[in-house]
Amino acid sequence: MTAAVEIDHLTVQFGLFTAVKDVSLQIRQGEFFSFLGPSGCGKTTILRTISGFQDPSKGIIRIGGQDMQGIGPNQRPTALIFQNLALFPLMTVAENIGYGLRVRGVPKADRDRKVDELLNLIALSDQGNKKIEELSGGQKQRVAIARALAVEPKVLLLDEPLSALDLKLRQHMRNELRAIQRRVGVTFIYITHDQGEALTMSDRIAVMNRGHIEQVGNGRDVYENPETAFVAAFVGENNGFTGMVTRVADGLATVETALGTFNGVNRKSLAVGAKATLFVRPELMRFDGEGENIIDGHAADAAYEGITTHLTMKAKDSSSVVATIAGATAKAFPESGSSVRFAFTSRDATVLPA
Amino acid sequence: MLSSTGHPFIFLLPVLAIAAFWLMAKFEKKEAGLPRRSFFERNGTPVAIYLIVAVAFWAIFMIVLPQLFMVEMSFRPKLPPIEMGGPKDLYTFENYHYFLYGSTTSNAAINWLHLKAFSLTIFASVCAALFNFALSYPLAFYMAQVAKPARVRFLLLLLIAPYWVNEILRAFAFRIIFSSSGLINKTIMAAGLVDQPIDFIGNDIALYTGLGYAYMLMMIFSLYNAIETLDHAQIEAARDLGAPWWHIHAFIVIPFAKPGIASGCTLVFMLSAGSLAAPLVLGGPRSLWFTPILYDRFFQAFNWPQGAAYAFILLLTCVSFVLLVLRLGRLNLGEIAK
Repeated sequence: MTAAVEIDHLTVQFGLFTAVKDVSLQIRQGEFFSFLGPSGCGKTTILRTISGFQDPSKGIIRIGGQDMQGIGPNQRPTALIFQNLALFPLMTVAENIGYGLRVRGVPKADRDRKVDELLNLIALSDQGNKKIEELSGGQKQRVAIARALAVEPKVLLLDEPLSALDLKLRQHMRNELRAIQRRVGVTFIYITHDQGEALTMSDRIAVMNRGHIEQVGNGRDVYENPETAFVAAFVGENNGFTGMVTRVADGLATVETALGTFNGVNRKSLAVGAKATLFVRPELMRFDGEGENIIDGHAADAAYEGITTHLTMKAKDSSSVVATIAGATAKAFPESGSSVRFAFTSRDATVLPA
Repeated sequence: MLSSTGHPFIFLLPVLAIAAFWLMAKFEKKEAGLPRRSFFERNGTPVAIYLIVAVAFWAIFMIVLPQLFMVEMSFRPKLPPIEMGGPKDLYTFENYHYFLYGSTTSNAAINWLHLKAFSLTIFASVCAALFNFALSYPLAFYMAQVAKPARVRFLLLLLIAPYWVNEILRAFAFRIIFSSSGLINKTIMAAGLVDQPIDFIGNDIALYTGLGYAYMLMMIFSLYNAIETLDHAQIEAARDLGAPWWHIHAFIVIPFAKPGIASGCTLVFMLSAGSLAAPLVLGGPRSLWFTPILYDRFFQAFNWPQGAAYAFILLLTCVSFVLLVLRLGRLNLGEIAK
């Protein structure tokens, strides 16, 4: 089966600035695929290139195996959901959803049937005659999705559509988006800087940084087996200790850092003498002192979050080290200023090139 | 020009106007019903009093009184100065009667000359407004949605600079360009397109071009302001959903910009219908525009009451026409003033 979207050596330049550098990627049919990265990393540019609003400087975009060169956004089998949704304020909900069909000259009866079907899908039946301004934020979101799905695109492109919503609604809409995607089976390409969104919804994630892709994989892969220091630091919280590799044995590397000598998994097979950063997730950092690698310092802060507590320790070079532990264990954390000891096992640490 | 009964009225009006604005300032607070500060508290008493008095005087002396005088005058007969205010100075419809029948008393003949000029002026002004819209819309759209800010500033300058030249001078410049030995005729004759010079002035082409150009800025600014507030994502969304370019303009941009279009068309229509310089300078020998006729009532026939009646007819027709069109377009005056 051909890929739904194939990005082949894509480069996009704005004047002297290169927004996207030689990106190649295949997105499968029916997949929920996310581009995750900080703002300015080029993810929106990729989306606009797929939708046809931006021409590639170099490279090819293929949708369903067909080269999209010279095909305008109104001719592509894609539909884009804008960050601000861009619903038409002068039209009703039904007119908004039916707009793409009206443009295609679909007869009114068929159009109405399709609109009703979609209103049903987004649980807004009987609300077709409402004005856009009468809807809540979440409802507008769903109307935007229905409007895009009405034209039966092969690929639905979503440009951070949840960023304007409040936290509770955002979490609710994540599940809803995922559910809609499963129901309609359309390939979703989702742009976000929010790793929580990317991890919960996506089949696969491409982590982007400064115009290139750092890693592509499913959520678990990206979180647990980061390939680069950027991915390790950007996706989720992480403690990083930078230093030099002094010994390599049994798949482990010994890194000499300012806070001591630590061992971690040598995933990228670094050689002795390489500059490296050893990462330990806060939830794998232990406060009870069990583990081969030990960090001493002074207690600085305990941020209570209900289920978990984030303990912060000031190490001897005054950098912060965070351990996330279950709420109950946190009670034993000493007052700030007194000495504490964190520890981790070597199997829980990852050594990546710095 | 004042009848003796008019004098107390004049002195009473400003007082009434000030009282009215004063009440508005007071009422504003009550109506809002919020713990907002009143007009006087917000501006300080001296400034508030100045604003009320200044606005009242401006409204009275600049707008209401002159118009009232003209309306009043239009209902009086033309008399030698000695008989003004005398027993013959009675209110009459004869000036309006003249407009319809070409005589102050007889109903025998219809005043086709003036009626024709009047209808032609209204019709041509409507055409000028529509033509102006068609011409300005692409440029306004380009400036509001497509061009980069630096380009927009440059274009605005190019648009505004010609208007630094006054209207009469611009009209004469057009006359020179359009004359039988003018630039345009010379060019097209040199290019071999025609053998004889085209009579642009006699055929009123110069007039309509001049009228069209004179108020273009009003149209462009009205459109630009309206289109600029349209979120560009709306246009992209429509395109993304498969809309061809004309569909986007017809169903996304123009409905959104409707208030601006109405305000631009209204301005151009009103100004064209009331324009004097362009018809006087650019009008051909056979051209019949209503404003030169109106002007002649005042300064050729020295019949001020009749001139006032003509001016009032023009004003009333224009205002009614505009209100009718707004009504049909389901727009209200508040929207187009945005």
